[in-house]
Amino acid sequence: MNAPCALEFSGLAKSFSGVRVLTEVSLTVPAGHTLGLVGENGAGKSTLMNLVAGNLRPDAGEMRLNGVPHAPASSAAAAHAGVAFIHQELNLFPNLSIAENIFLTAFPRLGGTPVIDRSRVHARTAALLTEVGLALAPDTPVERLSTGQCQLVEIAKALSQDARLIILDEPTTSLGAHETATLFALMARLKERGIAMIYISHVLADVLRLCDDLVVLRDGAVVGQGSCNEFTHERLVSLMVGRSLTQFFPERKNRPAVEPVLEVCNLSEPNIVHDISFTLRRGEILGVAGLMGAGRSELARILFGLDPYAAGKIIMEGESLGRITPKQLIGRGLAFLTENRRAEGLCLEASIADNITLVALRDQTRTPFRLLDFNRWREAIATMRRAVRLTARADDAQPVRTLSGGNQQKVVLAKWLLAKPRVLILDEPTRGVDVGAKFELYQLIFELADRGAGILLISSEIEELLGLCDRILVMSRGELRADLPRAEFDREKILQAALPVEEGNA
Amino acid sequence: MKTSWWLERGLRQAPLVLFILILAIFGALAPKFIGVANLVNIGVQAAPAGIVAIGMTFVLLTAGVDLSVGAIMFVGAAVAGKMALNGAPLWLALTAMVGVGAGFGVVNALFITRLRVAAFIVTLALLFVGRGFALWLTQTRAMNLPDAFLQLGSARMAGMPLPLVLFGLVALLAQGVLGRTPFGRQVLAVGHNRESASQAGINTTYVLGAVYLLSGVCAALGGILALGQLGAVTPKFGENYEFKAIAAAVLGGTSLFGGRGAVLPGTVLGALLIQSVENGLVLLNADPYLYPLITSGIIFSAVLLDSVRSFLLERACRRKIRMEAAD
Repeated sequence: MNAPCALEFSGLAKSFSGVRVLTEVSLTVPAGHTLGLVGENGAGKSTLMNLVAGNLRPDAGEMRLNGVPHAPASSAAAAHAGVAFIHQELNLFPNLSIAENIFLTAFPRLGGTPVIDRSRVHARTAALLTEVGLALAPDTPVERLSTGQCQLVEIAKALSQDARLIILDEPTTSLGAHETATLFALMARLKERGIAMIYISHVLADVLRLCDDLVVLRDGAVVGQGSCNEFTHERLVSLMVGRSLTQFFPERKNRPAVEPVLEVCNLSEPNIVHDISFTLRRGEILGVAGLMGAGRSELARILFGLDPYAAGKIIMEGESLGRITPKQLIGRGLAFLTENRRAEGLCLEASIADNITLVALRDQTRTPFRLLDFNRWREAIATMRRAVRLTARADDAQPVRTLSGGNQQKVVLAKWLLAKPRVLILDEPTRGVDVGAKFELYQLIFELADRGAGILLISSEIEELLGLCDRILVMSRGELRADLPRAEFDREKILQAALPVEEGNA
Repeated sequence: MKTSWWLERGLRQAPLVLFILILAIFGALAPKFIGVANLVNIGVQAAPAGIVAIGMTFVLLTAGVDLSVGAIMFVGAAVAGKMALNGAPLWLALTAMVGVGAGFGVVNALFITRLRVAAFIVTLALLFVGRGFALWLTQTRAMNLPDAFLQLGSARMAGMPLPLVLFGLVALLAQGVLGRTPFGRQVLAVGHNRESASQAGINTTYVLGAVYLLSGVCAALGGILALGQLGAVTPKFGENYEFKAIAAAVLGGTSLFGGRGAVLPGTVLGALLIQSVENGLVLLNADPYLYPLITSGIIFSAVLLDSVRSFLLERACRRKIRMEAAD
């Protein structure tokens, strides 16, 4: 009889505030097997893994680990059960040493005393580091390590906890060719020891080469499953993309003018973006597509003066911008709607009125002392509320926190519209917004473009980009990979360009 | 990340460099300054604030703050003084004082961990509550204590003054806890990022609560030494100790942002440094009104260094999207 599978899922489901993110997911990972998990942004990969790792709890379905029901109440409980989740954002403490990070919650002690047995910690860490192939002293501070080395330390930590299942989420995104090769060699050794692994990556060639079985997720459901040799690169891409969902977009009447409002020439910043050039025209909606971590938001931050850039030029309405602050850029007519609405886009505890007038407050004042002119202030707020069609039920004095996601986003938009921007950078404007409000936001974006504003629209929903944009740029690993006019819009083409090209094929 | 690490290490040695510099300057100006008797004297004078600062170090390492330490000293001293004047033996009065410190520490811990009130607010409130309570206890009159207290300050142990011995013992014990026990290492982890620490399976409530308890006990111990030096409880007893303690810890390289710092040499060095400057200025017959200006200048530069260090570290930790070919 076969040994029980390392991990079995049956009928897992999970919803967030009424929105289904996982439906009826069933899969198995036998011991010593590596399962590749692929899917577009938001397909549900991370949610699924967070269920296994104890960060989230499923609404329905069952997980079994080595034949035993697995329902971890916390990440610590999951770790105890033998599941190690190696995140994209690593969870090590840079202010502690390698050895301390590995044994943080399980230090061997001297006899019955609370004193750490340093020689044992040292010896065991040294042995673990040899196992993962990291030639460093156990007491090296983690802040001295590269990302790749940190990843190996995470794996060493997993081994110290006798992990039977290791989940690797996009482990190669920030690794160089050599480090990637080291990691793959280690994975092969772990496999020989009978450790099951789940490997999540957008580098499909790596997935096809490393894994035994594959699962393709789309919209929270399994759309493809089987042994790795049943799949090809092309088949994976078409499975990931699938049929397009029917979604409604308002009708677009006007077409953009030729006159450029924002030109970016050879923009580079080490480790962030490389040689980015594009032109945004008056009245144009220019989409930016890419996978998570492609550098889209980082590009937006640079354009808005929040982060520095090392080389290149940014030209707005014919004038070259050097080092310039967000305040000066707002004065020149630039607006930036951040992807992180709650933390960066709004003052959650402040009122709707205060949020709307935050950016253009000076326009609501009266000389000589620049005191607030409350008539003008109230009028501006009323105008903006009408312009963005904010719910009439909300009072001006109500804290923004109490609004729904869609209405919060309208407040952010109202805030920027009051400053009369000529270029808008919208980073994931419809994230966490319900369908009805989405449609209204699309209409607003069209109205803005019709009035001649240039709009840079960053979105992880390809549907949205296809429906709204005049042109789409595709980014991958901080580079521009494609610039597609409307006639050439094609989901597969966009995904192909967004997938990172294979690096360090060692 | 490598270059910035070296830079960071360099910046961390700044307190030691500063200390040697100050010893050299005052030594050159007043040879008496570097005599053994004077150096021992500096150690004795630095002991009360130094011990309070050791407790404070644990709190700062978790990215918190304890503003109530001076008030704890005052309440403890008032209670111990009352007891002693009513005929209680010395040991009982001192035990009660430590008990007061532990009690206040527990109150801080409960508010911060259970009710999740900001440490700054809780401990600031307790500062006022404590001082008010002690003023009421003492009826705002100074209390002259029995000689036994003063003898505590001048007693010697193994040829060394008792306060210095106690300072050294507490420092060694604290550094041992910080560096060699799982608890100490977890304090650093919680200070770096409470959320990650909790995800790593650390009981952050326990760790956070414990540091405020430690700080309360250390404040009481520091208060005992201060009583030994003064021999009296005045309405100003323990005033501004919270700032002296924070200054010593920060001067010794403990970060106000949490996660970085040490008791030895760190905080102990910081406490000695501040005391050396005051002592040196006295020996040079400097204008006493200048002391606060000079001490605060030194503290300001230490805090500035801390910010520079954090800024550099944050920059080094910026997420990388792509690997440049040079790597």
